[in-house]
Amino acid sequence: MIENFDLSLVNWSRAQFALTAIYHWLFVPLTLGLSFILAFMETLYVRTGDELWKKITKFWMTLFGINFAIGVATGIILEFEFGTNWSNYSWFVGDIFGAPLAVEGILAFFLESTFVAVMFFGWNKVGKKFHLASTWLVAIGANLSALWILVANSWMENPVGMVFNPDTARNEMNSFRDVVLNPVAVDKFLHTVTSGFVLASVFVVGISSWFLIRKREEVLARKSILIAGIFGLVSGLAVALTGDSSARTLAQVQPVKFAAMEALYEGKTEAGLTVIGALNDSGERIGDKKVHDVKLKIQVPKLLSIMTTGKGSGYVPGLKDLVNGNPEKGILSVTEMMERGRYARQVLIDYKMARELGDTDSMASLAAKFEDRDFTENYFRYFGYSYFEHPWQVIPSVPVTFYAFRVMVGLGFFFILLFMLALWFHRKKTLEKNRWFLWIALFSIPLAYLASELGWIVTEMGRQPWIIQNLMPVHVAVSNISAGAVQTTFWLFAVLFTALLTAEISIMVKQIKNGPKH
Amino acid sequence: MMEVSGKTINRIFRFYYDGFRTMSWWGKRVWIIILIKLFIMFLILKIFFFPDFLKVNFSNDRERGDYVLEQLTGNK
Repeated sequence: MIENFDLSLVNWSRAQFALTAIYHWLFVPLTLGLSFILAFMETLYVRTGDELWKKITKFWMTLFGINFAIGVATGIILEFEFGTNWSNYSWFVGDIFGAPLAVEGILAFFLESTFVAVMFFGWNKVGKKFHLASTWLVAIGANLSALWILVANSWMENPVGMVFNPDTARNEMNSFRDVVLNPVAVDKFLHTVTSGFVLASVFVVGISSWFLIRKREEVLARKSILIAGIFGLVSGLAVALTGDSSARTLAQVQPVKFAAMEALYEGKTEAGLTVIGALNDSGERIGDKKVHDVKLKIQVPKLLSIMTTGKGSGYVPGLKDLVNGNPEKGILSVTEMMERGRYARQVLIDYKMARELGDTDSMASLAAKFEDRDFTENYFRYFGYSYFEHPWQVIPSVPVTFYAFRVMVGLGFFFILLFMLALWFHRKKTLEKNRWFLWIALFSIPLAYLASELGWIVTEMGRQPWIIQNLMPVHVAVSNISAGAVQTTFWLFAVLFTALLTAEISIMVKQIKNGPKH
Repeated sequence: MMEVSGKTINRIFRFYYDGFRTMSWWGKRVWIIILIKLFIMFLILKIFFFPDFLKVNFSNDRERGDYVLEQLTGNK
């Protein structure tokens, strides 16, 4: 099965999607967060009538515009890839993705496109309040656009609100409410947008610090640090809170990813959360997967149990429980799930055969199974396991998931500290005296992007080998095209996106150096 | 009624026209980048490198569904 597949095609397709998604995500979070910072600043201008706030708003709006313009439509390339490289997947999920993405497209076009024009062209041409309303609508519209994309992405991690139609080989939405209020989607949306707010706040604090280092635009810099510091601190705390609720949801719907994030192989009660640790090959294997010991670790006792079950004595399953099963804890083995998945696939094969033979009675009874609750909950939900030969194939890369998660969380707490210090020095009027802080703030900008990308690496690498959790593994999703063609477009994208990023950075740096007067 | 609509359209047109005409250097530069990017994406990449696999290879949804069903039930 999986060994017979063209792994080169799968790997190049994954690499290409990862490349385009990572580049696309370099542009998005700044738009999400900076749009709100602009709205706060312009609100202060409208409320106080102070022209300085207008000047500050226009300066940051310029940087927002550069980022927005360069990044716009880069996400469409991901949709190209769905149709070309991931056709089985696109067909399988088409009806589920259609609605959220259509709403996203309409929102993006009407809200962002219309009101972005008012934001940039409307100074002194429309009323102050109308201009302010446009700025707020851009911020709300940009973040609502993200909502629909994240709803679609969350469905891949926790497929709900649909029924599989064996005749068309597609999942069809039967509850829009379940798709939108998917607990993964709610957590992911809140966690992702608030992390975008943190990134934008770090960006504003960092650039403002550069002005203070250069002894330029000091009033603008101090006022910007105040706004971004408050917004960043509140958002940073919200990221921590939403991360906590995400962990609880994750432990329910993607327990293998959760265990990989903690490198937890043996399930345990009173499980501690590893704050810092280094992985070491224990020499043991699960199939061909290495088992890692966590060395040099600093743990918070019982915290993992509390995070996942709400009590310190709660049991957190490890990778061995999840692969081999643990009947005492009600955990099915992957072998059992593979059996159930094969049964579900056999029903689909039987349906296909009946259709070819024109046996309408068998077709009707087999099709009815896909709407039967017992079959969908106990067999079809494990459909994707039928494509594996070995239980250990469901384990993702533990080191990538473990380290990416720790660096992301560590940076998240670092940013909270950064905002607290920024506000403290601002209050004490000692920002300029603490040049070490200004330099740290400036060099925190790339760290904010790193943390944001690592969040996606935890999400997407941690759920391997699934493209749709439990229903479709990645290797089943790819189109039957040549690996060479995918390799060619990989490099084309690498060149295109690098050129776009270089253009963005060079125009932005020039505009920052010019300052608000130009 | 028609006169009001005409005036509104004219005002919207003037709004965008003046906005583009008085655009700053960075605005002009990013518009050039946007146009080049969209040209590359839609007229080169989409047409020559990213055909929709199922649309190109099959003429209707029935055939597309049958193909994916074959993929799902076959020996992947």
